[in-house]
Amino acid sequence: MDPIIRIEGLHKEYETDAGPVPVLKGIDLTIDPGEFVAIMGPSGSGKSTFMNILGCLDVPTRGKYILNGRDVGTLNSDQLAHLRNEVIGFVFQGFNLLPRANLEDNVSLPLVYGDVQKSERIARANDMLEKVGLAKYAKSLPNQISGGQQQRVAIARALVNRPKLILADEPTGNLDTRTSGEIMSLFRQLNESDGITVVLVTHEPDIATYAKRLVKFLDGSLIYDGEVSEART
Amino acid sequence: MTVQMLIEAWRAMGANRLRTFLTMLGMVIGVGAVVLMLAIGQGAQYSVSQSISSMGSNLFIILSGSSTSGGLRMGLGATPTLTVADAQALSELPEMSAVAPVVPGVAQVVYGSNNWSTQVFGTTPAYLTVRNWTIAQGYPFADSDVRSATRVAMIGQTVAQNLFGNEDPVNKTIRIKQSPYLVVGLLSAKGQSLDGRDQDDTILIPVTTAQRKLFGTQFQGTVRFIMAQAVSAQMMPAAEREMNALLRQRHHVREGADSDFTVRNLTALVNTAAQATRVMSILLGAIASISLLVGGIGIMNIMLVSVTERTREIGIRVAIGARQRDILMQFLMEAIIISIVGCTAGVVLGVGGAAAANHFADITVVITGGSILQAFMVAACVGIFFGFYPARKAARLKPIEALRYQ
Ligand SMILES: Nc1ncnc2c1ncn2[C@@H]1O[C@H](COP(=O)(O)OP(=O)(O)O)[C@@H](O)[C@H]1O
Ligand SMILES: [Mg+2]
Repeated sequence: MDPIIRIEGLHKEYETDAGPVPVLKGIDLTIDPGEFVAIMGPSGSGKSTFMNILGCLDVPTRGKYILNGRDVGTLNSDQLAHLRNEVIGFVFQGFNLLPRANLEDNVSLPLVYGDVQKSERIARANDMLEKVGLAKYAKSLPNQISGGQQQRVAIARALVNRPKLILADEPTGNLDTRTSGEIMSLFRQLNESDGITVVLVTHEPDIATYAKRLVKFLDGSLIYDGEVSEART
Repeated sequence: MTVQMLIEAWRAMGANRLRTFLTMLGMVIGVGAVVLMLAIGQGAQYSVSQSISSMGSNLFIILSGSSTSGGLRMGLGATPTLTVADAQALSELPEMSAVAPVVPGVAQVVYGSNNWSTQVFGTTPAYLTVRNWTIAQGYPFADSDVRSATRVAMIGQTVAQNLFGNEDPVNKTIRIKQSPYLVVGLLSAKGQSLDGRDQDDTILIPVTTAQRKLFGTQFQGTVRFIMAQAVSAQMMPAAEREMNALLRQRHHVREGADSDFTVRNLTALVNTAAQATRVMSILLGAIASISLLVGGIGIMNIMLVSVTERTREIGIRVAIGARQRDILMQFLMEAIIISIVGCTAGVVLGVGGAAAANHFADITVVITGGSILQAFMVAACVGIFFGFYPARKAARLKPIEALRYQ
């Protein structure tokens, strides 16, 4: 099977006043469809930078990135937008829901940009809210529900366009332990029963155990790639 | 997609109602001012063109006296030198289609128990042709009436109203300065003159009757002025030349000496007045447009603030698949909605203001569908023009920077 993500010799430098600062220093990584990968590493090691590049929100300075069979480096901004809309579902640490839109509208937003008809948008948004257990809050505003519930809404939004890949940057970073567990179970269920590829960043080893594969970053380089269980010992 | 955008634009605007309202207010005032000023400007042009056409076309007025005579400035028409015979001679020029001498005066007119003070013109039937005036009822007096100085009169609509009310004035006898005059004709309505006088407040009688019987004068046989109509606009310069030459000859004015009369081209004068009105209405429109421009800048200003405030929202939208043009359209839509709604309110305000100006200040206003449509188009363009820069700024935000924005 073709890998969903193939990365070769990926470099990222940030331009600062003091000159270019290298943040990713030659990453090679291949992820197959259906994998559940946790990325760990100390703060500032480049995990978020890496995730943003995976999500086509940022571009590498050098190196090759093939997503779902397409060379991302050759795509224009409209094609990237299309890719983000169709292939990727994003989950952020800060939830990033639109504060003035109700949950149904928040969840259906990717479908608006995917040119799906209104009636179908509503139906699918409600299906997704149902899936994350929040169907009865469809008309509520984000600030009327708890943080854990908001993250579920964000996951519903990530799922609504039936993406192949879910990218989550510290999705449990703002949540308590119990809620974190629930969110992770949800990811695991999506991975196991729906076959969605999940890549998530966390700095908590307990969270990482929900994944099947572990990748460790240190100072912009990949220092470990293997089984989750072996990493703990 | 578009419907969804409208809903979202509406929601975004609703989130900061006071600000949206104030931004719109700029548009409302701008459009209102444009509509009002156009209405007043076009109204002025309309009334000018109305009075011009009521005056008659290709007109000259010939006045006694020279503008400078012997180094001493004389008021025009001060010493009467023109005669009925002069008018007769002028009318025989091939360039002239009609010429009428006029002896004007003011007199008290009585019918039954009603009396009215009005302007009485002693003239000839040609006056009707010169002034492009018609008879509504009855007949005009004839040249024979002029020859024999009979006491007959044509009366204007205002005079008829005041003396007769709803009664038919034709063949009734009125008294002008005690003497009886037979009303032979009722003049049709003519409305206001360029200087705002009521042209229907007039009585026409034979010029000879006026000279000999109504207004006795020390200058026997003279008339105050002569009105003359050229056969066409092209003939106006030739007509002016020929009339000057003929009158100088008749008045025995020596070569090089000043004329004892003045020929004035009335049509050229009123065209100048019309031109001045046009310039005024353009100026009014220009001033009003500036307020529309200020309204547009207000939109741009608020949109820029809005883009900055919503940077994170833009980042989220881009992350889940919005294209640049989706973001562009979203912000443009808001600018256009503000413009269109503001414009609608502005049109209402402008039309209301124009109606009020008409009602309370008695100003002639003309509101056309064209001027309202124009205001709408301009407002939509202002919205697009001033909304475009902020919208493009939003659309070009780098997704990752927009998302990181706090
Ligand atoms: N926009 C930026 N400009 C300059 N430096 C940046 C920028 N974003 C991140 N960095 C730097 O890059 C490094 C990696 O950051 P990040 O990818 O956020 O790490 P992590 O998510 O692993 O904590 C940090 O040293 C950070 O200061
Ligand atoms: Mg990070």
